[in-house]
This record gives sequence, C-alpha cells and structure tokens, in this order.
Amino acid sequence: MTVRVGVVVFPGSNCDRDTAWALARAGAEPVELWHESADLGGVAAVVLPGGFAYGDYLRAGVIARFSPVMRAVAAFAAEGGHVLGICNGFQVLAEARLVPGALLRNRSLRFVCREVAVAPDRLGTAFTGALPDRRPLRLPIAHGEGCYYADEATLDALERDGQVWLRYVRPDGRSATDPDDPANPNGSLRAIAGVTNAAGNVAGLMPHPERAAEALLGSADGLPILRSLVEAAGERAAAAGPVAVRAGGRR
Amino acid sequence: MSETRAAAATFRFAVNVTPKEGILDPQGRAVEQSLPHLGVTGVGHVRVGRRVELTVEAADEAAARAVVDRLAAELLANPLIEQHAVELLGAASSVATEADPG
Repeated sequence: MTVRVGVVVFPGSNCDRDTAWALARAGAEPVELWHESADLGGVAAVVLPGGFAYGDYLRAGVIARFSPVMRAVAAFAAEGGHVLGICNGFQVLAEARLVPGALLRNRSLRFVCREVAVAPDRLGTAFTGALPDRRPLRLPIAHGEGCYYADEATLDALERDGQVWLRYVRPDGRSATDPDDPANPNGSLRAIAGVTNAAGNVAGLMPHPERAAEALLGSADGLPILRSLVEAAGERAAAAGPVAVRAGGRR
Repeated sequence: MSETRAAAATFRFAVNVTPKEGILDPQGRAVEQSLPHLGVTGVGHVRVGRRVELTVEAADEAAARAVVDRLAAELLANPLIEQHAVELLGAASSVATEADPG
C-alpha cells in the first residue's frame, strides 16, 4: 500500500520540493498541501518543510501557526496522526504549541549553514524506527533561529519522558551539552536538536534530513528518519483499516 | 458590514515585547559588548525587543485593551520566552490619522 504523505506549502517555504523528492525516495507518495486549505486530503502523515514561512515576520513560524492548514494539522495530530516539522517546520510546530519549547536566535547571532553530527536519543520511535543504532548522523543545518529553549523544569520532564529524540553530538559521539561547544551549532540547551510531543506522534528537528537523502549528494543519513515516518504512518493507516482512512479524508 | 453598529472610539496602543528575565538575549549581549567602543561605561543589562504599535476600534478603553491583551499574548509575544507591556498612546481625535491611509 502506498503511504501518502502531505508536504505543507506556506508562502516562503523553500524546502517543500526537496522534501517531497526525499519522501518519495523513502517510499511515500508525496502530496502538496496548500496553506490556505484546511483539508489534508486524507494523507497518512504530514511534513512541515523548511523555509521562511510568511517571511519569518514577527517570529519564525508564528504567522504560519494561524493558517487554515495548521488548524487541520493540529486536529490531525490530536487524533494521533504523525507530523514532522523540519527546521522552519519545527519553528511552526513550536509556535503552534504542538511540540514543547521555543527556538531562539542562534547564540552566535549568525545564520549557520553547515553539516553537523546528531545522534538519536531513542530508537524505535515513529521518527527513528528505521535507524539501526544510535551512531551519529551527518545532517546539514541552515538556520538563524535554532537555539532550543525550554525552562529547566520542562527540560527535565522532556528528558525523563523521552521526548528529546535528537541531539547535537561531538566527534566522539558525546552530546554537545555545553552551549558554547563548537559541535552545538546554535547554543541549544542540553544540545537538543529535536523534540516530540508527549504522545510521540509529533516531532520537530532543526537539521534537514531531506538534504541528506542521496549518497551522491553528500550523505544519505537523513533518509532513515523519513523512512521511519513513512513506515509509522503506513502501520497506523493499516491498523485503522481502509474505512477509517477514508473517513480521515474529510471532504 | 451593517451600519447599525454603535459608534466606536479609536485607541492607539504600543505593545513592548522583550525577552523574559533569564532568557539568553544575544542581541542585547552584542549591544552591550559594543559599549566600550563608544567609551561608555556604567551601562549594563541590555535587552533588545520589539515594539508593535496598533490602532483598535472599540466601545471603550477597557474593550480595546482586552483586544490588545489577547493579541499580545497569542501573537505578538511568545509567553514561553517573551514578556510584554501594553501602553496606551492616545484615544480618538488625539490620535494621528496614520492608521487609516485610505
């Protein structure tokens, strides 16, 4: 069964086509979802791609939060649907309170565009299921506001509940928890590169897995993350059965 | 729109948004680090934020302020990382007509 995965297109999204291409490589049938439509067309999962939705005006992700498509995405997430936000998509999810925390201006004040090493904190999740082990992945980042912030109590709770799923790591594989560590590209607290919601079906990450989906282009380390999502969404759709899938596609 | 609505007054507000206490503010830090180059001493704890000015049409000041408070909390500031203060700049005819460019 083909798994249809929606890629939301906001004005200012610029990674939507790359993401669709990478999702196809990960085994999905990508579907573009326009920001003005509140209809997700019955997709099995949703990806919010990178870019500068609505020009990043006011705060990155905040204007996008109030778009019609995000109302549908929030409802889809509340039903247990899988949602992945990449870079600007992570910022949108955070502003929409679909994942905890906020993304602040990089500690260096610079837009950072380079490859980083990240390691999954947990295996076997909807976003890491296709990863064989916790070996570091090499993924590109490109952002100006990627410094993950939450208050200390929230950070403790996130770690306790396994909601931190990706961290920046040093060459030796240890987390770059010192915000000034060169392996921590933006000053993120506790080296957090990705978090999930409490239920584990909504996740955001600052690195771009879709830009690391073909070895010829430098790295294919991001592909298993997308394949994890596609597989998790496929399993959920299969468990719900064809009737429920159709019912999910509100017309 | 129906014209039967009661006449409303206009109120001009400013919403001042700044990083919450304890939140790293690299812009504030950069400004602070530039001060020695100006030969300025004795200035510290610089916090850089943003200011949003807007005009609200409402029955009275309390109603206008309620709208601004909601906008500030839901849109203009992110309460996880920012604090905001609402400031009334003026009301009705005392407000410049810039808000209505025609």
